[in-house]
Amino acid sequence: MITRDNQLPDSYGYFEQFGGRFAPETLIPALDKLNKAYNEAKNTPSFWAEFNSLSHDYSGRPTPLYFAQRLTEHCGGAQIFLKREDIAHTGAHKINNALGQGLLAKKMGKRRVIAETGAGQHGVAAATICAKLGLNCIVYMGEEDMRRQSLNVFRMKLLGAEVRPVSSGSKTLKDAINEAIREWVTNVRDTYYLLGSVVGPHPYPVMVRDFQSIIGKETKEQILAKCHRLPDYIIACVGGGSNAIGIFHPFINDRSVEFIGVEAAGRGIKTGKHAASLVAGRVGVLHGAKSYVLQNYAGQIMETHSISAGLDYPGVGPEHSYYQTIGRATYVAVEDKEVLEAFQLLCQTEGIIPALESAHAIFYAAKMASTLDREQIIVVNLSGRGDKDMDIVVKALEMNP
Amino acid sequence: MSHITSVFSQGHKALIAYITVGYPSIEDTLKVVPFLASSGCDIVELGIPFSDPLADGATIQKASFYALENGVTPQLCLNTAKELSQKIEIPLVFMTYFNPVFSYGLQEFCGACASSGVSGLIIPDLPPEEGSELETITQRQGLDLIYLLAPTSTKERIELIAQKSRGFIYLVSVTGVTGARDRLPTDLEVFVNRVKQIAKQPLCVGFGISTSEQARRVVRIADGVIVGSRIIQLIETDDNFMSTIGNFIKELRQALDETSREER
Repeated sequence: MITRDNQLPDSYGYFEQFGGRFAPETLIPALDKLNKAYNEAKNTPSFWAEFNSLSHDYSGRPTPLYFAQRLTEHCGGAQIFLKREDIAHTGAHKINNALGQGLLAKKMGKRRVIAETGAGQHGVAAATICAKLGLNCIVYMGEEDMRRQSLNVFRMKLLGAEVRPVSSGSKTLKDAINEAIREWVTNVRDTYYLLGSVVGPHPYPVMVRDFQSIIGKETKEQILAKCHRLPDYIIACVGGGSNAIGIFHPFINDRSVEFIGVEAAGRGIKTGKHAASLVAGRVGVLHGAKSYVLQNYAGQIMETHSISAGLDYPGVGPEHSYYQTIGRATYVAVEDKEVLEAFQLLCQTEGIIPALESAHAIFYAAKMASTLDREQIIVVNLSGRGDKDMDIVVKALEMNP
Repeated sequence: MSHITSVFSQGHKALIAYITVGYPSIEDTLKVVPFLASSGCDIVELGIPFSDPLADGATIQKASFYALENGVTPQLCLNTAKELSQKIEIPLVFMTYFNPVFSYGLQEFCGACASSGVSGLIIPDLPPEEGSELETITQRQGLDLIYLLAPTSTKERIELIAQKSRGFIYLVSVTGVTGARDRLPTDLEVFVNRVKQIAKQPLCVGFGISTSEQARRVVRIADGVIVGSRIIQLIETDDNFMSTIGNFIKELRQALDETSREER
């Protein structure tokens, strides 16, 4: 059992019943080639040497594991540590995956890279790595997201990427992925699709997980060095779920460590205006993988809502569906108003402005810490910083800047 | 011989038309499909609209969203197919994505297809690696599960799909999404011939075909031609679309018949 979890997915990309490859035939040969190239790279020490060296010198890794003393005192319970992905180059964990896949694209001889983005963090990370590696970059982004994350649109353009607005459907991340897949189908022979989360057809969920696992590996070393033991809880926000898988997965066989994934409850699960696929969805197929999906009774994918563009997605990575089904992780959801509360709390107790996505995890961690005793340890993945969210927060709090 | 394969007997070149069910209304679908049949179509593909049609271009995306807004569901599509199959003789095939079928329940959906007079299924996001359960169920219900091949398909994949596809094989003419195009790829013949050397099923070519000239070129090498987005465009742009569609289909029919006479 223990070794088995480490070996998933199987060769068809399945985590038990979740995952797979539900994609148009045109893409299947490209996915096969990608899988082959990734497996070769994975077993090539020089590939990882370059990844690690650039992670260090370029992305600024390892990111610190920081003891949030005033937040801990405020909550009056368990010790809260923050894994500071917000400090990584470009301001979020997304750079880890963009770097890994960028190196792979280059190795595969692809000069043209396409990507989708929700909050813009993955788009910025992809544009950054493409600039660094000398690749052409096109980013698909929903019009609604372009409006609410306009700063990131500007950043991508500065970095030399072309940002293509997507006006179909809900004009958010889901539609940006649809459009990126259509673009890939059309120009599959010379284009690399740099997917930003642990979603999509095999091998994306496992490949993105492997690149993001650097977060959990560092966390393990750092917590052992600081506390001489493993944490009791690891808490991370979940949209597609890449920062969560990245910090969870290296602890998969450490059964004493409980995983908690925090989804976006938006205006409340009961209102239907949320993005909590694991908490409130049912099993379906979206963007090439079988997983929990928010859908209506007729199997149509639903429009979602979250104050954070990065979590505003009706699907979730298949590995999370698997963790939920076997009980390895627990998934909960936090509402927009609670997120704003946690956002301010972290600003005021620690002087750290979190991304709205990460503030979901902060809220749940703070709430939970207060119910635990002082010996216990919670690690929160602070997946990104909140500079990009100023406009939204100002409006939501009705403050004058 | 299934209802679908019987279309291709004695070298008949098949004309296959696609329409999105409920676009612009269910009443229109009930009128257009019999009209397509009487104008010379051999098979009609009924598109069950899906919210995230990632193999479709702008034309069919728009029609799908419109139909969904009007409340079209898989159940309504099944009811419509049932009504149509009582009026017309030619085979009806559903084209949709996997999630609506999965959500309905594979067993239940295939059972409902069979009792509604539907002859086959085309699911562009279901490659054969994911299709084994649906293959078993469709066979039990006497439905043909039609797989697709693309210009990027390798020899191994052509062999796999030649082994699994029933009714015919749907050849995607271009690397791309659905949608009318001015010209077909120059290497289309090479692709069709690669498949022909391996597959025994009839081969029908779709994606991007919008003129009788293109249809003529296709059936010189293949067994049938599939036209979709062009028909949706005609519905979209012409208030009097019945007669425009009728003329378009008759033109295609004539092109196909002339080509098969040349062959003889």
